[in-house]
Amino acid sequence: MLNIALPKGRLGEKVYDMFEAAGYECPSIREKNRKLIFENTEKQVRYFWVKPSDVAIYVERGAADIGVAGKDILLEYSPDVYELLDLDIGKCRMCVAAPKACDPDGINNLRVASKFVNIASDYYTSMGRDIDIIKLNGSVELAPILGLSDVIVDIVETGTTLKENDLEVKTTILPISARLIANRSSFRFHTREIDTLTEKMREQVEKNDQNP
Amino acid sequence: MLERLLTYEEKVILDLRKLYETYGYQPYRMSKFEEYELYIRHKEFLASENVISFSDTNGKVLALKPDVTLSIIKGGVDNPGIKQKVYYNENVYRVSSSTHRYKEIMQAGLECIGDVDLYDIYEVIHLAAASMARVGEDFVICLSHLDTITETIASITSDEDLKEKILYYLSRKNTHDLKRLCDENGIPERGYESLRTFIQAYGKRDSVLEKLGALPATEGLEEIRKLSELIKSSPYSDRIQFDFSLTGNTQYYNGFVFKGMLNGVYGDVLSGGQYDRMMEKMQRRAGAIGFAVYMDVLEQLAERKQGFDVDVLLLYGEGQSPKMVAEKVRELTDKGLSCSAQKNVPEKLRAGEIIDLRKEG
Repeated sequence: MLNIALPKGRLGEKVYDMFEAAGYECPSIREKNRKLIFENTEKQVRYFWVKPSDVAIYVERGAADIGVAGKDILLEYSPDVYELLDLDIGKCRMCVAAPKACDPDGINNLRVASKFVNIASDYYTSMGRDIDIIKLNGSVELAPILGLSDVIVDIVETGTTLKENDLEVKTTILPISARLIANRSSFRFHTREIDTLTEKMREQVEKNDQNP
Repeated sequence: MLERLLTYEEKVILDLRKLYETYGYQPYRMSKFEEYELYIRHKEFLASENVISFSDTNGKVLALKPDVTLSIIKGGVDNPGIKQKVYYNENVYRVSSSTHRYKEIMQAGLECIGDVDLYDIYEVIHLAAASMARVGEDFVICLSHLDTITETIASITSDEDLKEKILYYLSRKNTHDLKRLCDENGIPERGYESLRTFIQAYGKRDSVLEKLGALPATEGLEEIRKLSELIKSSPYSDRIQFDFSLTGNTQYYNGFVFKGMLNGVYGDVLSGGQYDRMMEKMQRRAGAIGFAVYMDVLEQLAERKQGFDVDVLLLYGEGQSPKMVAEKVRELTDKGLSCSAQKNVPEKLRAGEIIDLRKEG
């Protein structure tokens, strides 16, 4: 039985669609209820919904054998897991954004607000810049508007939220997408099952590429 | 009877000591303290950089040992032709990766230092597997060869930052980001394919050797083949697999590196390898290989392995005389059973059987 951690929300539903199409269906997951764990003994899979930022922890600690997490989470928390496949969904960008009039390059000791403090720090360290990092847990776009920070480092999908708040992307740090991850120990003891599942999911990725 | 008194961890340590002594490894005793400077100079070698330090009465800064290997290297002398084979079980003090606080961790392991040859490498890997067998039944030793990986990477790029990134993606079995990295840095398809070979080289040794056949022949590959052949004589041969996504700190390690994992336990239970580069850094000319068993990981297993706290929980009340209780306890203990006499059932006490004297009258 493979334990699979899925990220709650829209991305998780898309991911489950891929698992289903790959032959790992679990019909009870589609039922409208508040259950968090769903099992299909015939297919030897058990799914559970967890907060997207917690998927990597569940997998790292072996509560789940495999899971799907955004590259942003993997970079921010650096869990000790295998990253087996880029699912090519949930695509967005990690960006530096600021008010249109702001020139971040001209500011000494730049104040950076972000939920992703490690990604932001690593980025500016690689640029050789000193920054003042401000950790926020949500509504990051507010920070430069209220003068709390000069710029923000955040995920940008369509850019609509930025536009509506008079902000713009100054730099794209890296592209983000959902990744299939595996616990290192589970990988040893369920090698064949995980290899087969990865290959079937790879076929789904290729299919999605051909029919976007 | 004596073994019954031991906890699961104590039994494992006793078994490991017997095992290592069978192969001629001598116990290595050491102080709990070490010069702080040793760890400052080699902090990348440590599992965590934080070290508990304090001033001795003469003003010298000392540390509570976060590691054993460095002290063994420091305490030894080069003696050409001779091998120092030692084992230890010591408490080390380091920051736990889960609680981010200092923790006292029992560590057991062994080191073989000197003119290390292929037999010694085999012996240490066999003993690593035998150690795992004493910890749990369903285990795997994953074996890799660091020099073979680093030589292949060096044949592709001389950029140190790029080498580090490649090694990182290999260790994560991440082919998609590795491909992007290769494309961004103009590494030809052939180079990427060689690197991908390492990510895909895991599992049974013979099938991995076949996959590695696609790489140019090197001394390292020849050594891997010879060792794999030797391992066939170990009773744990089937448990020893290759996994070339297994890497390590290339500043300290070289040659063979390995990890031991147990089904149902997250994280490595055992870790080891050849650390000739570390020896060089500490002005030693000899080669070295060793491993450590992380006894703190065994705590995860202890709960499952431990049976009952006592064989019998003997319940009595006001109606039973002390003499009657004493006689019943003697009767049970004479049979070799452990017994806890109580008036109520204690919380968390796991008893194999409950005898209630109140019901027996």
